[in-house]
Formats: sequence, C-alpha cells, structure tokens
Amino acid sequence: MRFSLSDDQVAFRDAVRELLAKEATPALVRAAWDAPPGELDRKVWTSLDAMGVLGVLVPEADGGLGLDETFLVPILEEAGRVALPHPLVETAMVAAPLLGGTASMIASDLGGPLVPCAADADQLLLRWGHTLVLADRDVVELTPAPTVDRSRRAAYVTHDSVGEPLSEDPAVIALALDRGALGTAAMLVGLGQAMLDLTVGYVTQRQQFGVPIGSFQAVKHHLADAALALEFARPAVARASWSVARGAPTRARDVSMAKAMASDAAELVGRKALQCHGAIGYTVEADLHLYLKRTWALARAWGDTAHHTDRVADALGD
Amino acid sequence: MDLTWSPAEEAFRADARAWLATNRAAWRAEHAGEPASGDTRDGFSQHLGWEQRLFADRWSVVSWPEDHGGRGASLWEWLIFEEEYYRAGAPPRVTQNGIFLLAPSIFEFGSPEQQAGILRRMAAAEDLWCQGWSEPNAGSDLASVTSKARRVDGGWVLDGQKTWTTRGAFCTHLFGLFRTDPDSARHRGLTYFLLPLDTPGVTVRGFGRLDGDEGFAEVFFDNAFLADDAVPGGVVLGQPEGGWAVAMATAGSERGLTLRSPGRFVVTAERLVALAMEHGDPTMRRRAATAWMHADAYQQQTLATVTKLASGAKPGAEASLTKLWWSELDVELHHLALDLLGPDAELEGPWSKAWQFSLSGPIYAGTNEIQRNIAAERVLGLPR
Repeated sequence: MRFSLSDDQVAFRDAVRELLAKEATPALVRAAWDAPPGELDRKVWTSLDAMGVLGVLVPEADGGLGLDETFLVPILEEAGRVALPHPLVETAMVAAPLLGGTASMIASDLGGPLVPCAADADQLLLRWGHTLVLADRDVVELTPAPTVDRSRRAAYVTHDSVGEPLSEDPAVIALALDRGALGTAAMLVGLGQAMLDLTVGYVTQRQQFGVPIGSFQAVKHHLADAALALEFARPAVARASWSVARGAPTRARDVSMAKAMASDAAELVGRKALQCHGAIGYTVEADLHLYLKRTWALARAWGDTAHHTDRVADALGD
Repeated sequence: MDLTWSPAEEAFRADARAWLATNRAAWRAEHAGEPASGDTRDGFSQHLGWEQRLFADRWSVVSWPEDHGGRGASLWEWLIFEEEYYRAGAPPRVTQNGIFLLAPSIFEFGSPEQQAGILRRMAAAEDLWCQGWSEPNAGSDLASVTSKARRVDGGWVLDGQKTWTTRGAFCTHLFGLFRTDPDSARHRGLTYFLLPLDTPGVTVRGFGRLDGDEGFAEVFFDNAFLADDAVPGGVVLGQPEGGWAVAMATAGSERGLTLRSPGRFVVTAERLVALAMEHGDPTMRRRAATAWMHADAYQQQTLATVTKLASGAKPGAEASLTKLWWSELDVELHHLALDLLGPDAELEGPWSKAWQFSLSGPIYAGTNEIQRNIAAERVLGLPR
C-alpha cells in the first residue's frame, strides 16, 4: 500500500506546473474569452505536446509516453489550476487512448451537448447513436453557444453521417465517459485549489478595521471549510485514477465518487472565495471569475453530482 | 501508487477477522447476548471482560511493541485491525482514552520506568486511564487552566477541579494538566501529571451525558497529596512546566487518526446504504450514497496520511481538518439514520443513542470552531 505519487509522477507534474505558470497565465485565459472561433492561441498547446502531455496514455510504440492515468490526473489538476481553456481532457484523456495517437486537438460531445473548443479543434470525437465516430471539423455544422464562461468556446454540433465508426462497443464508450469524468474531476480540484490560493492571498493583504481581513474568524472559517472540501476530494480523485489505470471492478463507482466530490468541493470553494473577496470578486476585472465560471461549467459537464451520486448508489446496491 | 495489500497484510486481516468473530460471539453470550452500555457502571465492568480477552490474545494494542503487550504491528496493520474491528461489530473500547490518547505521549515523553510500569497495565485494562484537562472555566481555552500543584517534600499537593472526564467515575487513574508555577500565565508553567484516582483528597462525581449514561465525571482535588512514587517511574510526564508540549502531542493523536479511524464510519455508512436500499426512496438512496462517499473519502485520505507517516513525517496541523471531517461525517451519518427510521427514530435504541453521541464529536477533542481556526492559521497561513 502506498497512497502517494511516485518521484517520477511528482517530477512530471512539477515540470508541467512550471510550464503552465509561464505560458497559461490569466491573460491567456482572457484572450481565449475574446478570440474568434477557430483562433484559440496554440502556443501552450504546442509546448504541452512537446513535453509529451498529449500522449501520456499513448503506447510508446505509437509515439506516446506509455504511461497511465495516475500520471495524467495530477497534470490535469495543474491544467485546472490555471483554468486552461484548451480541450486537454478531451484530447489527452479521452481521445488519445482510443485513437492510439494524438497529432491533433480534439473536441468532443461526450461530456455534454455543449462542445468546448469545437471550432478550434482539428477533429471531433462524437457520439452517433451507440457509435463513437471521429469527424473532421469541416464535415460538421457548428452553432456557437453563448456560455457564461466564454473561454469554454463552446458550440452545438450537428452532423449527418460522418465517416468511419471508431467503436460500437458499449464498454469502450463507458470507459471513455469514465476517463472524461475523471479528467474533469482533476481539473475541478485544480480550479478549487487556484481559487483557494487566490483568496488566501487576497484576505492576507486586504485590510479593514486596520487589520487583514484574514485575521477574522468568520473569514477563517469560510476558508477552513474550503480547504476541508479539497483535502477530502483530492484522495477520491487519486484513488479513481488508480482504479481506471488498473481496470478495477470498482472503476465506475470510484470515478463517479471522484467527480461528485470534486464538483461539490470546487463549487463550495468558489462560493467561499467569492464571499471572502467581497465586491472585488463580483467583477470581471479580478481574475477570480475566470476560475469560478469554469467551475460552474465543469461541475455539470461529464455528468453532474446527482448523476454520479446515483451511479455510486447503483454500484453500492448491487 | 499501489493500492493493494500485501499477502502478509491480508493474512493479518484474516487472523483479526477470525479472532473477532469468535470472541465477540463468546463475550456477548456471557452477557445473555445484550451487554449494557460501556458508559454505565454495569456495562463498564462487562466491557472490561472484553478488554481482557483482547489483551490475552495480544489484540488490545496491536501497534505497540511486544514488550508492552502489543504485536509490533505497522500503522497499515493497525488500520486493517480497526477496519475489521468495526466490521465485526465489536464493542466500543472503554480503555481508549488511555490507549489512544495517553499512551502515544508516554511513548514520546515517558521515562523507561514509566513506560515499563504504565503501558502494559494499561493494555491489560488493569489500570484505567481518564483525561483531566478541561475545567469549568477552561474548555476551548485550555491554556487558562487554574488547577494547581505545589511541590512539597516527597510529592505534590493538588488543588482544583477537572470536568467532562469521560468514564471518570469508572476509571482508576487520571492524566491531566496542572499549574505548577503560580506566577505563570497561559501555556507556560503547566505540568502534565499522572495520578491514581484513589489519592486521598481526590473526589470523583459521575453525571449524565446527553444520552443519560453516566459517561461524564468531574474530579475535585482538595489539598490532595500525590507522592512522587504514586505511579511507577514518577507522576510527572515530560519536564515539569513542560506540560503544554506533552498535551499538544496528545491533542494531535486525539484529532488525528488514532482516536477515530475510518473503519467505524465506513461500516456505519455501509449499514445505512443497506437500510436506504430497503427503504427504497430515491432521495434516501442518494443521501446514503453521499454519506458513503464521505466515509470512503476519509478512508482514502487516511491511506494518504499513513503513507506520509510511514515515510517518517510527523502529524501536523492537517489533523484539524481530519477532526472536522470525521466529526461532521458522524453527524451526517446518524442524521440520515434518523430520517431512515422515520417515526421510530424517537425510540431508544442503538441508532438514537449513536445519534446523540455523534453530536459530541464537533465539541470534544477541541471544538470544531477551534479546529477551523487552527486549520486557517496553520494550514493556510492566515494571520492570527
């Protein structure tokens, strides 16, 4: 029994963290809010590709790193921490192991009817009845959707017959859905951590009544609750990464638990963060809203808490 | 990551499971299948019989060295034992405040004579230890204790009052904080004492907790002479005036994983899931799944914590987050139990009793308000 990341996993995660701190700044997220469809900046994406992040789950023989979800999940947490707008979960977590390669950026409707980065992606992984298909962007019709988090860059996708089916195996589709939910759970933990860190910084510096507001018990208790939720969601996500990597019989249950707990934790942290920021948090000038709005979106993408809680109940009732 | 148990650990689990099944049944049969609560006078002595059974087969303190009655089990094995203990429905440990709260401090601060003279008798339930920390005017503000000890020839003279002493009316010994420097303030000048409750001048009065059991006591010290040799190896644990450091080590054990390991919550959650499935209402089913997730998350977080401890880390302020989680989880679990029982929830029974007990969790071992302060200041680094 060893419930912790290995030295290799920590080193890989830290290298990605360093890269993202430099290249995926709040300014990049803000640029993703405003860039026209199809014009998402790809600099950070290219850097992630160069580090092998897109091919973590791709076998070495096919040009990937040949690693498993216990490596990718900590990296997706880092992507959440910077509210990365690019479809990293869809590409690296869901599509790459299905396709056995990742030369391109891939969007998907598996997480819900609003497809993030639909116009920016090279290809789309789509559900066509009970079939998974991979479609080129120019054979589908995109209707941009005005989402609250505009860096989601989402669109509705409509399509007719779109080429070769990837799989009709329900087990393959179920695994793809579980991978998406797990990756999104990891993003949510990262978003929660980012909002908590931002808020700790803010309440330490912001003074009222002549003292930092972080010295007030009411503020401390809000942030202790935020830390508490993250402290217990994170191991649930880590355990699910193990269950997916090992194909454990409890995979579905563990993934759903991870998604439910990470969604709830990130939403709770978001509420606490906004409250502790006060009025400045209720603006689009402070960065908090970038993380907050992504949290609301991801908490309901790839299945909301009710959906995943019912899946846990189903698993426990068997 | 490796989330599998080794063959040796699985074998340990099988041994523990078999022993618990046989002995629990035998012990219950001795008491006509219905032992009384361990927080009542009759029930306490029945539970001592259980403790003696545990000790006889070296299951009372599995993680202690063999010299002191344990089996030198790893922290992992200890966790496995706890899980099996609750899964078997084995009785509450009436010795727990000695074994889980005092003993870690004796291992850390005690002299070899104290360790030899105290630990084995504690493990065997020959000496029964209770906690003397809180006072009528020192609860969350523990550093304001005023009970005092004065040095005299051959010992100490104690005066003052302790309260909220769990099972104090049935125990034989007390560990507590007394002010030995009369001019000191706050956490300086406190000394950690170990004393027999039959010391002349010490009076114990038991009283009813919320559930009516005599599980609480207050302890009065009236010019009580405590001889230096009243406890093997001496009555002071750690350095005189160094009691605060010893007490904080105990508090870390209390809030962290040793007092309330995940096993009890996971097992309770599993029972509630079964009840909710029988009940059939989709809301109850969803609430039970949520409660189960919260219990299982505690299990996973504990595995992460034990991994850190096993590689040499010391328990830190994160113990405050752990205490918040298990205490609020326990309330969530038992509130769900009441809702599943519906009109029957008002009947006296194991669930209504456990509900009342769960409400003490956010209060004892440092109130949850204090834990939130500690987490905010020492985990997040917010200004004091």
